[in-house]
This record gives sequence, C-alpha cells and structure tokens, in this order.
Amino acid sequence: MKKIVSFAVDVATYALKGGIQYKVWLLFLLFFIVTGSYTAYIQMTEGLITVGASDQIPMELFFANFIFTAHVAAAAILVVAPGYFYHRKDMKELAVIGEIIAMVFVATGITFILFHMGRPDRLWHMIPFIGYLNFPNSMLVYDTIVLNVYLFLNLIGISYILYKKYIGEFDQQALARWFTPVIYLAIIWGPLIHICTAFVLSSNARMGAWSTAVMPFGFLAMAGASGPSLIILLFLLIRKHTKLHINNSVIDLMSTIIGWSLGIIMLVFAAEYFTALYSNTEHAAPLNYSMFGHNGLDMYVPWFWGTVGTIVVCFIAILNPKVRKSYDRWLPIVCVAVFMAILVEKPMMLVFPAFSPSPLGEYTEYHPTFIELYNVASTWAVGFLSLTFIVKGAVGILTGEVRYQKPEATT
Amino acid sequence: MSDDKTGTKNIKDDVNTSRRNFLKNVGVAGAAAVVSDNASANVPEETTNPDADITADEWLQGHFSLMSDKEKQEAIGRLEKRYSAKYKKKTTVANTPAPEGVLFGYALDISKCIGCRRCVHACVKENNQSRENPVVQWIQVLKIPKGNLAFKKDKLYDGYPSSSAMGDYGIQVGGNAYEPVGGLSTEHADSYYSDDEKVPDKNFFYVPVQCQQCEKPPCVKACPVRATFRDPNGVVVIDYNWCIGCRMCQLACPYQARRFNWGEPKLSAEEMNPKTHYFGNRPRMRGVMEKCTFCLQRTREGRNPACLEACPVGARKFGNLLDPDSEVRKVLATKKVFRLKDEMSTYPKFFYYIG
Repeated sequence: MKKIVSFAVDVATYALKGGIQYKVWLLFLLFFIVTGSYTAYIQMTEGLITVGASDQIPMELFFANFIFTAHVAAAAILVVAPGYFYHRKDMKELAVIGEIIAMVFVATGITFILFHMGRPDRLWHMIPFIGYLNFPNSMLVYDTIVLNVYLFLNLIGISYILYKKYIGEFDQQALARWFTPVIYLAIIWGPLIHICTAFVLSSNARMGAWSTAVMPFGFLAMAGASGPSLIILLFLLIRKHTKLHINNSVIDLMSTIIGWSLGIIMLVFAAEYFTALYSNTEHAAPLNYSMFGHNGLDMYVPWFWGTVGTIVVCFIAILNPKVRKSYDRWLPIVCVAVFMAILVEKPMMLVFPAFSPSPLGEYTEYHPTFIELYNVASTWAVGFLSLTFIVKGAVGILTGEVRYQKPEATT
Repeated sequence: MSDDKTGTKNIKDDVNTSRRNFLKNVGVAGAAAVVSDNASANVPEETTNPDADITADEWLQGHFSLMSDKEKQEAIGRLEKRYSAKYKKKTTVANTPAPEGVLFGYALDISKCIGCRRCVHACVKENNQSRENPVVQWIQVLKIPKGNLAFKKDKLYDGYPSSSAMGDYGIQVGGNAYEPVGGLSTEHADSYYSDDEKVPDKNFFYVPVQCQQCEKPPCVKACPVRATFRDPNGVVVIDYNWCIGCRMCQLACPYQARRFNWGEPKLSAEEMNPKTHYFGNRPRMRGVMEKCTFCLQRTREGRNPACLEACPVGARKFGNLLDPDSEVRKVLATKKVFRLKDEMSTYPKFFYYIG
C-alpha cells in the first residue's frame, strides 16, 4: 500500500516539474478547464438548447469530436503492435505510451458523450443488470461495451507496467504469462472500437450519406492518419525535452503509416463519391450539398474543399523523403495539418452535411454556439492535460528518473 | 425500508403544506406570474425544495414496464403529486392498459387535406407539448407544389451539358428535369408556411406527417436502453423517465417524427391538459425524446385521437386494423392506399390514400 501511495506521489511530482514552456502549457490548459466548468454548468442546467443542435441536425460537435477521439484511440495500437507482433526492439519500450494515448482518448471520447447526452444523470440506465441494455439490437450498446473494455484494458496494462518498473520488479517472464495476452487483446480491440463506432453511424438507413459499407474502412484509414500524426508530434517533443531515447526508425515507421493511410482515405473518398455521384440519386444529395451548396446555403463548401485539398497535399508531401526526414520542421507541420484536417472533417464533412436534406426535405446549416465550442475546447483541455501528465510520468519511469526509494530512516 | 418511506412522506406533506400556505398568501399576482413562465422557476427557492425527494425517488425508478404493480402505483403517485403542485391543478396520470386484440391504424386522405394545421394545434394542446423554446409539434404538414406549372417551353434547350456536338438540349440532363411535378416528393416541400396563410392554395397539396407507428420501427432497434418500444397495440411509446437523451432513435427515424426536448419544456399551467397517461401526454422533462402516440391516453379508452377530432374536412380515419368493420379497414379495402417511404421497409401503420 505504501508503495502505491509513493508511486502516485512520485509520478505526480515528476509530472509537475518542467521548464517555463511546460508550465505555460499546463496553465493554458488549466485556464480552459476552469473557465470551461462554467459553460459546462450552463449546459448541464439549461440543457442542450444552449448548443447548436436541432431536431433537423440532432448530432452536435460533441458527437463529431467523439468519433475523432475514437480515431486516435484506435490508432494508438500502431505503437503497440510493432513491438509485440514484429518484436521490434525500438518500439517495445514505447508501447506503453501508445496505450496511454489510447486510454486518454477513449476517456476524452466518453466525456464528449456525456456532453452529448440529454440526460447524463441517467447514465446508470446503461449499466448492465442495474439498468437495461437493449442487447443485441442497439449499436450504441456495442459501442459502449467496446469503448469501456478498451479503456480498462489499457488502464490495466499501463498501471501494471509502470508500477512494476517503478518498484524495480519488472520481469519479462512474469510479464509474458498474463500481461502479453492483455496487450494482444488490446491490439485486437483497437480496430474493434472503431468498427463499432462506424456501425453506430452506418446502421441508420435513413442517413443516405452514412449507409455505406466503406464507413469502417474510411474510419480505420483516418485513424491511421490522425493517430500517428499525434504520436509523431508527441515523440518528437519527448525526444527533444526528456532523456527518453526514441529512434528515428520509430518516427519513420509512423510517417510511412500516415502516408499510406492518407492514400487509403483518398481511395475511400473516391469510391464513395463516384458511387454517389455517377447516378446522382438522393443518396448523393448530402454530398452535392457539401461540395456545391444548395440554394445559397454553402457554409460547408470551403470546409469540404479545404479538407480534401489538405489531405491530398499532405499525401503528396509525405511521400517525399525530405519531408519525412525533416524531423524538426516539415514533418511536424504535415502532422499538425493531417491532425487538424481529420479533426475538421468529422463535423464539417461527415456529420453535419449528412443531415441535409432531412427526411422531409429540409436543408439546414449547423452553427455551433459559443457554449458548445467552449465545452469542446475544455474537454480537449482535460484530455490533453491528462495526456501530458500521464506521458510525462511514464517517461520519468521509463528513463529511470522516477524510482521507488526504500524508506530507510523514517518509519 | 417502509419506515423510511413513511418518514419521507411526512416531510413531503409538511413542505407541501407550507408551499400551499405560501401560495395562498401570494394570491392572484403570484399565480399570474407563474403562468407567464416556467412554473417551477417562479416558485421562490424555499429552504428545502418541495420536489427534491420526489425527484430523487423518480431518478431511482426503473423501467416502467419492468416495475411491479405496487412500484407502478408509487411512480404514478409521485408524478401526479409533482405535476399537481407544478401546474396548480389536479393532474391524473393514467396507466390504462392496452386493450386486448387491437392493432391501431391510421389513414389520411391527402386529396382532402387542406393544410389548415388544426390537427397540429389540437395535438399540441392535447399532448402538453412545449409551447416555445423549444417549440415542439408532433405533426409536420408538408406543402408540396403541384405540377401544373412545372414544364416550360423556354427550358427546352437548357440542360447539362449545355452545348455539345449533338446540339444544345442537354444530353445528360434536360432543362425540365428538376421541376416539381406534384408527386409525393420532399424535394420541393415546405413545412414552414405561415399559420396566417390562406389555405388551401390551389397550386399546392398538403401532406401531414407524424409518427408512422411502424411495424418494424428502426427507432426501437436503435434505443440503447429500451426506453422506446412497441406496445401491444402496435404503437411505439416512450418511457420519458427512462430515456437517456442519446437521440439514436431520432437518427434512425426515416420520417423525422421524433422531437427532442432541447431545453426545459415551456408549458403554462393554464394550457396544461391535466388528463394524462404515463406513456402518453404527461408533461415531459428536459433532455428526453417525445413523439406522436396516436393519443394513447384517448385511444386506449376507446376515443379518437385529437388530430382526427380537429380535422375539419374528415381527412383522417382511425381504428382497429383487426376489425373488418373499422373505418381504417374500409379505407384499406376500397381506396388507393400507400405508405410513406416504402423503400425504408419500416411497414408503417399510418396509411395515406387518395379518396
């Protein structure tokens, strides 16, 4: 017990240490969390009328961001899998960071869903045996189950590895016995959370733009692009500011994955757009709307072309070895661009335009409210703050800076 | 357990009496203020919220269909007490069971409908919908242009592509392609024409759309907690106290029939209809879904839905689909009947016909 307390204390104190830039970053996130608690309070007391959603577009920014968090969470296995499936020595040590990303992003996604729900206080209705789950009918039930299992799989994995390393009892043999199966399960589970999330959308026959079989493939490709972008940025920062050594080979693998994921995204988009646009039936109406607007409603048009353009440009850029090897300049820029493009794609291409025309032929534009945007920002701030803390603590343990000191004189 | 219950009951009664006294003192002015806005918001904060323990019990209650008879009675008692206090009138929450051997069906004559929206307003009145912010209406009337003005001679040479070696008359798409032709298409439909508009406009026809009470309802399949389900009469109902507000049902519904309480429903005490049913028209709370139930508080007692009674032209017919002598069955037997969005395979029990 004493060891666990000292584990928590040591990791927390290490995570708070850092230079002035690090402190500013933490304060920046903290500002959004503190002020965001007020906008969250407004939304929780007055209801979803404070966000931009309506009966015509019932899914808001929270839902769109939730899909994005699932992208990144699923992609985190791309750090874990090479170490365990291909026995890459340079990546095995880093697997735990991949799991941290997965855990934090699933948790952030669940926070988004709390904002999305009309009655978050009734969440207990979804607890098996206490509430009632519409199993096996509702796709949301599957999604809830896979997300929570993924969260706990990663939580178990991370705490076990870090704790054992902290107290200096990390033993490969003992590890292999039960821990490796947990990791393997987590690796399989990553794509699963994503396929389920895609099915939550594509199971709605009325949503012409969504009832497409390529949805899970597109989602996995977007995961493969957005997740490694974040991972590269994180690894470059870790490498620059801490003593943890990360080989160039790791970064190169990630940038290769980004490149070909972008390629697959383009293929999926092309297949989807061709199928919709050649016959140009009512299934193509939402696509036409986001490409060219409808009777003067053209809010999504610049977002559509901007996002598609960014994806194409990033694909071409990352094929260039000079960009891939430019670790302190072009590669981070491409990574930020890819990350933002996929983040923006979710609400502005996937979710909002899909609701126009509505089943009764209404075209609507979605205008997020200030409270909605602020709640999204504060949820992201919570996510990135936890990511910063946990990754920092983990780096301390991996580099050996945080170690359990046996208490000698005291007690 | 039972001791606890009686204990809370006593506290409740005390608080309610003090509130009653308070209201007596405030008198007419207070009551008028209450009418103007959300009733509960205007009752000044007392030291203990009179509804607090009721709400806690309500919050802990399970799915209504899974409750024992005793729990159902308690749940209804709680609601009646809360509504009566909130709307200052004796409110009943019925739990009339679904009649045996009945499958409800509805038929609407689109050739008769004049688009007056009397059904919409009767429905709002009967079913205690939120009057403003959010405005909730369960029936949406589509105003669809007739095709008599659609095709034009001057568009003969328009189209896409606009010029080619074959001539300038649109090889792929002709100039008259996208004009409304009076079919039941939502493409040119407008459901937001003004209430003051003179109806019927001879260039349009009108199609009211409400919950189609599907035999294969996608909304029921999508609900993660079974808050919405088909009752034995084939009506899709919602347990407003079990709904978690995830809106998956709204996403699944191909008829845009479901309405969400985005904010606290605004229903004045004056306009509130105190004769309610648990699954029907009882006042809803913020953050839950609602929709047409064929007025089950009426139809389960053998009466007709409010929209049918309000229709001035007799375009609406309601009845038991299992009874060959019912009005709906007669319509099905003699008229040209169709279902809306047949391709969705939802098998509605709401039929449109041309009379």
